Amino acid sequence: MRAFSYVRAGSPAEAVSQYRPGAAYLGGGTNLVDLMRLGVAAPDHIVDVTRATSDTITEGGDGELRVGAGVRNSDLANHPAVRERYPMLARAVLTGASGQIRNMATVGGNLLQRTRCPYFQDVTMACNKRTPGSGCQAAEPGAETGNMAILGHSPSCVATHPSDMAVALTALGARVLVAGPDGERRVEMPGLHRLPEGRPDLDTVLDPGELITAIELPSPPPGRSTYRKVRERASFAFALVSLAAALDIGGDGQVRDCRLALGGVAHAPWRAHAAERAVLGLPASRETFTGAADEELRAARPLPGTEYKVTLARNLIVSVLEELSR
Amino acid sequence: MTRVEGPEKVTGAAKYAFEYPVPDAVYGCPVLAAVSSGRLRSFDTADALAMPGVLAVLGGVTTRPFGTENFELALFTSDEITYRGQLVGLAVADTLENARAAAASVRVGYEPAPHDAVLRADHPGLYRPEKINPALPTDTGYGDVAAGLAAAAARVDVTYTTPVQHNNPMEPHAAIAAWDEAGALTVWDSTQGPSADRDTIAATLGLPPEQVRVISPHVGGGFGSKGTTRPHAILAALAARETGRPVKVALTRQQMFMLTGHRTPTIQRLELGATADGRLTAVAHDVIEHTALRTEFAEQTAACTRMMYGTPAMRTTHRLVRLNVPAPSWMRAPGETPGMYALESAMDELAAALGMDPVELRVRNDPDAEPDSGLPFSSRNLVACLRQGADRFGWHAGGGRDPRPGVRKRGRWLAGTGVAASTYPARRRPSTATADALDGGFVVRIAAADIGTGARTALGRIAASVLDVAPARVRVELGDSALPAAPLAGGSMGTASWGSAVAVACEALLKDGSHGRADTADDVAQDSGFARHSFGAQFAEVLVDPLTGEVRVPRLLGVFAAGRIIDPQLARSQFIGGMTMGLGMALMEATAVDAAAGCFVGLDLAQYHVATCADVQDIEAFWIDEQDAHLWPGDGKGIGEIGITGTAAAIGNAVYHATGHRVRDLPITPAKLLHPG
Repeated sequence: MRAFSYVRAGSPAEAVSQYRPGAAYLGGGTNLVDLMRLGVAAPDHIVDVTRATSDTITEGGDGELRVGAGVRNSDLANHPAVRERYPMLARAVLTGASGQIRNMATVGGNLLQRTRCPYFQDVTMACNKRTPGSGCQAAEPGAETGNMAILGHSPSCVATHPSDMAVALTALGARVLVAGPDGERRVEMPGLHRLPEGRPDLDTVLDPGELITAIELPSPPPGRSTYRKVRERASFAFALVSLAAALDIGGDGQVRDCRLALGGVAHAPWRAHAAERAVLGLPASRETFTGAADEELRAARPLPGTEYKVTLARNLIVSVLEELSR
Repeated sequence: MTRVEGPEKVTGAAKYAFEYPVPDAVYGCPVLAAVSSGRLRSFDTADALAMPGVLAVLGGVTTRPFGTENFELALFTSDEITYRGQLVGLAVADTLENARAAAASVRVGYEPAPHDAVLRADHPGLYRPEKINPALPTDTGYGDVAAGLAAAAARVDVTYTTPVQHNNPMEPHAAIAAWDEAGALTVWDSTQGPSADRDTIAATLGLPPEQVRVISPHVGGGFGSKGTTRPHAILAALAARETGRPVKVALTRQQMFMLTGHRTPTIQRLELGATADGRLTAVAHDVIEHTALRTEFAEQTAACTRMMYGTPAMRTTHRLVRLNVPAPSWMRAPGETPGMYALESAMDELAAALGMDPVELRVRNDPDAEPDSGLPFSSRNLVACLRQGADRFGWHAGGGRDPRPGVRKRGRWLAGTGVAASTYPARRRPSTATADALDGGFVVRIAAADIGTGARTALGRIAASVLDVAPARVRVELGDSALPAAPLAGGSMGTASWGSAVAVACEALLKDGSHGRADTADDVAQDSGFARHSFGAQFAEVLVDPLTGEVRVPRLLGVFAAGRIIDPQLARSQFIGGMTMGLGMALMEATAVDAAAGCFVGLDLAQYHVATCADVQDIEAFWIDEQDAHLWPGDGKGIGEIGITGTAAAIGNAVYHATGHRVRDLPITPAKLLHPG
């Protein structure tokens, strides 16, 4: 780990003013510190932002919730309003990591955690995300690709985004408040996280020095919602595939509203717009859901050993929507 | 009883190897090869040596003489790179951070060569090793296997594969080495055997053993990976000599995957034949596994088949191929763990082919004497374990188990049950020990190791029982090579080996009144004439979500026959700990091999998954009251490893019962259940 200077910022403006190329914002440190130990990240200046942004959750007048970026994941998942109105989000957060890590991890940091691709984390391996232009070891024939992306990947990167929380926020259409040198802006989800294309080193659309200060949750989607995460271990594992889903069915048994986002399948949380559109106005039936899943997954391009993720994503969409329609 | 060192451990007072406050200690960080095969061409330390706090950089190719041929320990004596992650250097600095930074700044030049790290059944490099671990014959056989199979009413011919697995003890391998002015070396090491570690370190460095002392009172798990001296201890000693300062070397979790051993992957073909009434007519178990280019370790995977079931014809073989991999080594019941997975899975397939209850099939083939040696068993209570386990588990409840696979729905889950047998050899090694009356109590001294098993507590109980005093009056000193020499904690032999010596020493103390000494070499040399093994039966209930491939294990129950149980509380921990490792083996433990880079990948505990508390639901271990007059004086058979043997088969068999899919490639993951074959 290389030597770094450390400063604790008391406000977003102070944090942003402290930023300089080579600096990093520190939230709970559950990802950044690991990456520093591994040599993947080597900031020379750490700006601790845990006291720069709000650590509270406040009700907006219009049925919205505003979540400070400094809110710990545990507090988000345990907040009564989140549990009652956004069960999808509470469940997503609770399936992530372990209790100890959730106690440390912040909402802002969670959104910005980096991929767990084994090649990204090993500085002796080629990785375009870590070292632009160095290549992608995962693209080599015979590489270990069993947990890589099936959607939206590029020749330069096949890694997945690891967050559960971000999948739920993507389905909910959360707005991310960002402070930067040029003032504040809002970024809507999906839209915060990028697909890799030729620049996998850029995980998000944020500019260097921009700081997430809060997340606005629009009023919850109508109907019922949930989050399902599949992994081979019962706890403390990243998703093989996960699904955030909300479904609203009219009195006529037809789908009125549907939100779907997949995790573990792409470089970004994957909002399944095609599947959402495909179910609207149709009877809430297995046939409808299967057709919608197929519609979404037509674009899947599984790597060797990831064919199962296509099946898993399809089965999840169908079974979770069936569950929500019961 | 509860562990005597429990309060020390839970309050953080117990010191582990890296934690000793040795004055003036500095830190070493290894430099590992970044290619999988080839030659070391250059080793430029100029940048590293110029960095702040850096005291020395060892490595490259040196002419330093070593008293060992062990490729893993005779460090920096060859320019040959045989695997990615091989040690090529060590940076030493005043702080751990500076040492790491320096290690990363050493410029290493390679001449890469083609590599091959992938085991396959048709590998042209397959060869027959001279012997298999520890010194067993490579191949065995008797009777006419072909004729037995031809005559069988039911046959199974299947191949099972298991992946590379890593021991991953909680405490990373670490050592502090310090030389005194007289040239004596003290090593605070994390080891399963202070005496053997001392001997190996001394021999490697060309020192007389009495010039080396290994101190290791607390060890955070080893599972075999700390049973042999690992290079971190040699690195620390070399660096301490070079710098004139005590040196601390702790391997990172990632480095442990390359430098502390692993279990070979296995490809196991099982051929079983049986008569219509379920009597075996032939058994063949042919094993293919890997070893390192310069170090041979042949896991005894089919050894369990040689003693498990009666059959008129048997063949077991082991073939190895040398690959660009680190040296495989002991891991959690080497041999029996992968071997019993395959044998017990095949027995389940045979039971299905025969339409016979799998418990009954095993009972029917229980032999009177050890099949390959003909020796009588000192005791063999597999049948009792199966019967009691079946009763406790409810195997026959409700009119008997419905053998049809894939028909039991429980909500979104498919439910199934499975059974498998467990076994592990009961052995002991010579040990010495002393016992003294001191200050109204007693002190037992022995260079044993407590790697988290409760050895200290168990030995205290054994001593107290011989001395006929309360255990609280006996203090056990262990974990120090200056104590009377003892074998290592491995092969489930610790308690039997050390306990024998402690018991004899305490008997001698009773005669002498103040001091007793034991050396069991002569007694142990006479341990022959019987086949000594522990047995067990494990029952698993699983739930499989057919849409996601998730497997959960709501119930795991084992019944074991392992001689006299010294301490029920410690024993239960050992059994359920082993069963939990077996659960992990069945469902998640695997180290990925990257064929393109020629190395292991995913080298941390976020990627190499072991079972969490949430994976272990209802888990129970029982044992039968086994009397065995042909063991050591304490009558125990050793329980460190039997719990893991058979578990993966019981779970795999239950997955078949639940779903109708035989996943013959561990671990049984959602990917394999969703895309069978």
